[in-house]
Amino acid sequence: MLTAKDVTAGYSAPVITGVSLTVQPGRTVGLAGPSGSGKSTLARVLALLHKPFAGTVEIDRETVTGFRFKASQRTKIGVLFQQPRLSVDPRFTLRQAIAEPLGGQDRVDELAELVMLTDDLLGRRPHEVSDGQLQRACLARALALNPRYLICDEMTTMLDASTTAALVGVIRSYQRDSGAGVLAISHDSTLLTRWADETVRLSAPLPR
Amino acid sequence: MVNLEIDRVSVRFALKGATVEAVNDVSLRIRPGECVALVGESGCGKTVLASALLGFLPGNAETSGSARLGDVDLLAATDHELATTIRGRKIGLIPQSPASHLTPVRTARSQLEEAAKVLGGDAGEAAERAGLLPEHLDRYPHELSGGMAQRVANALALVGNPPLLIADEPTTGLDRDLVDGLLDEFRRLVDDGHAVLLITHDLAAAHKVADRIAVMYAGRIVEVGPAHQVLDNAKHPYARGLANALPERDFLPVPGQPPLLTHLPAGCAFAPRCEQATAICEDRPVLTDDPHAVACHLPC
Ligand SMILES: Nc1ncnc2c1ncn2[C@@H]1O[C@H](COP(=O)(O)OP(=O)(O)O)[C@@H](O)[C@H]1O
Ligand code: SF4
Ligand SMILES: [Mg+2]
Repeated sequence: MLTAKDVTAGYSAPVITGVSLTVQPGRTVGLAGPSGSGKSTLARVLALLHKPFAGTVEIDRETVTGFRFKASQRTKIGVLFQQPRLSVDPRFTLRQAIAEPLGGQDRVDELAELVMLTDDLLGRRPHEVSDGQLQRACLARALALNPRYLICDEMTTMLDASTTAALVGVIRSYQRDSGAGVLAISHDSTLLTRWADETVRLSAPLPR
Repeated sequence: MVNLEIDRVSVRFALKGATVEAVNDVSLRIRPGECVALVGESGCGKTVLASALLGFLPGNAETSGSARLGDVDLLAATDHELATTIRGRKIGLIPQSPASHLTPVRTARSQLEEAAKVLGGDAGEAAERAGLLPEHLDRYPHELSGGMAQRVANALALVGNPPLLIADEPTTGLDRDLVDGLLDEFRRLVDDGHAVLLITHDLAAAHKVADRIAVMYAGRIVEVGPAHQVLDNAKHPYARGLANALPERDFLPVPGQPPLLTHLPAGCAFAPRCEQATAICEDRPVLTDDPHAVACHLPC
């Protein structure tokens, strides 16, 4: 179980206040809400990339004590963002990007096959592939360490319908094999209805 | 007002040891009072086509064909001609990821007022039409949310009242209500007699606002026709697969990957992914010349 309990988090001021949410293993929870409502902030807290002001995060009943570079449980959680171009070092080939968390090339081919990237594409750099192909590489990289949970923050926003369906299909089959839980954030309610087992909605931020 | 007549336009990029065939033999007409959506997956050549129309291609690009707007061929025009008579005046461009196109050190107001002065438009009116409040205008680009930056880009594109608007992925990353607002605004423009070319990978958005949809695959238009027919009764196997991949439909991908634009197959570029492919598909299919046109030897 990946759980946020009474989380208050933000930057100079809180963006989310007292939010609780649970992702069960094997399940997919959708997270919706207007822009500015704190979806990405909550995602970053659950991915241990951002320390909340208050509240706790638990991974499989263990309370998280360190965030960001102090996060010892980071590898239990995989993350995908909206803009694959901002998440990959432009000097890396896709093969190197996927291998990055692995510390070796051993499983790259297996992971590439999972996301349907051919050998030729693996040799290319980010500017030589489309957003969809780069997001496939990001998904392979996110799955490299067999995460227990996967957090997808607007992962499909840049993608066409076919690539969206393909990547959601890859995630679902990973879940079937591994029992991983998924948090799927999107502004597309049709997509969440089809993808998630249940959807949680954050309300609009208070006007400043 | 005049048509935009895109006639057999191709764009190639010369790279070291390879040629990227980004746009291949594209013909398309957009009339005043019409919204045409150009859809297709990322990397299929949509932005390159838009850049060609506005003279924004990089130095390694080579174009052929013509794109006539009235008596001007946009592909043959000099940069000076495009800058002084076309951009902002005859064609408004809403660029892909608008936030990165705004000047970071100037407020939205100063950018809009300058554009209004140069183009002879009304900044206040353009801002109001785009749904911007005076307090938004005093912000710098980094202080604008995605939705607000989008509205500033819309106001900038429309302040000179150009008869043709080209919007490149204008809905990406916007909330559904902002998307709906933006599409309504496009529809109003079209109903006022403007022509709109909406470039998008979002079929739902295209369906909502476009009169016609053109589906692009590997730099070619493979199908073009009335919006509902292309989505509900696609003739090209790729267009059909794309429509069926929508989450409200089958939610299943088109198998395989698009070809590399440096190594396009000699015949139909979709053949490696097409269940219907036969030997005749080794000849390149030509886009038919009817209101619902398709480039396929064995249309669905
Ligand atoms: N300056 C360039 N040099 C080489 N290839 C380019 C250049 N600009 C774009 N391309 C390639 O042209 C193809 C079409 O890109 P683009 O028009 O941006 O696609 P879309 O807008 O449909 O996502 C892509 O394969 C892209 O990598
Ligand atoms: S021409 Fe042949 S390969 Fe191409 S889409 Fe039609 S049937 Fe398929
Ligand atoms: Mg584009």
